[in-house]
Amino acid sequence: MAYSEKVIDHYENPRNVGSFEKDDPQVATGMVGAPACGDVMKLQLKIDDQGVIEDAKFKTYGCGSAIASSSLVTEWVKGKTLDEAASIKNTAIAEELALPPVKIHCSILAEDAIKAAIEDYKSKQPA
Amino acid sequence: MDNYFELFGLPEQYSLDQTALTNTFRDLQKSVHPDQFVSQGEQAQRLAVQQSAQINDAFQTLKVPLKRAQYMLQLAGIDLQAEQHTLRDSAFLMQQMEWREHLEALKQAEDLDGLEQFSDTIAAAQKQLNDKIAQALDAGQHHQDAPTWANEVRKLSFMNKLMVEIAQAEDALDY
Repeated sequence: MAYSEKVIDHYENPRNVGSFEKDDPQVATGMVGAPACGDVMKLQLKIDDQGVIEDAKFKTYGCGSAIASSSLVTEWVKGKTLDEAASIKNTAIAEELALPPVKIHCSILAEDAIKAAIEDYKSKQPA
Repeated sequence: MDNYFELFGLPEQYSLDQTALTNTFRDLQKSVHPDQFVSQGEQAQRLAVQQSAQINDAFQTLKVPLKRAQYMLQLAGIDLQAEQHTLRDSAFLMQQMEWREHLEALKQAEDLDGLEQFSDTIAAAQKQLNDKIAQALDAGQHHQDAPTWANEVRKLSFMNKLMVEIAQAEDALDY
């Protein structure tokens, strides 16, 4: 199975790899895993006072499609509000990267990572 | 589809006797070998081929612990093999991430002794999880609380993947 050019580009030059300090109140961390392939993905968002995502970083252990999906998502979420980021659908990720059907779960993982990060951020906010 | 455990005359349990399983497999395959049905016509032979395929599927499922556990959850109503479920257990996944980072570091350092030690550590953790699952599934707890035990079986997939990656790293260095 051949990877698309975009997947290869993200795989060879992943954007925004790394970590933020997870205890920073401005940082939201989403940890997700895909049991089917054993892939693990960490997505972190740095969120400003206005609720806008000013930066994003990821770390993914998995196949090229999982790395490309998370790399792409870090580019897409920057400058978005949390609500806008939450509306990113896996189908858009899969379409952008031209993922084949067997790799759709990688895009689902990336979508779920955004959701998990946002939940983490909300749980950190004082009620 | 017949229940695989019933097909093999085994109790529906995670812990099983591998030798008995293999012996029963051989006996069952012999009993449905198409050559035995030559005199009984084409239809009987076709049926035998189908039965043989089912016995084979059952054996492949029951002999591998993870597949056996997934099958038991399937009998309890959760299809783990077809799902695209995302695991969200942060503590567990954080630990997985740390272990994978450690594995990367050992690979970079070409530290074969370190890999062997790490392999022991992960094997012990895998065994601990496996024992926990065995105890629960043998007691039929997955019928009372399928979601909880489905999650534990999902975790076993990650442990198995990690063990495979460690073994691959060892093979790559141990030339």
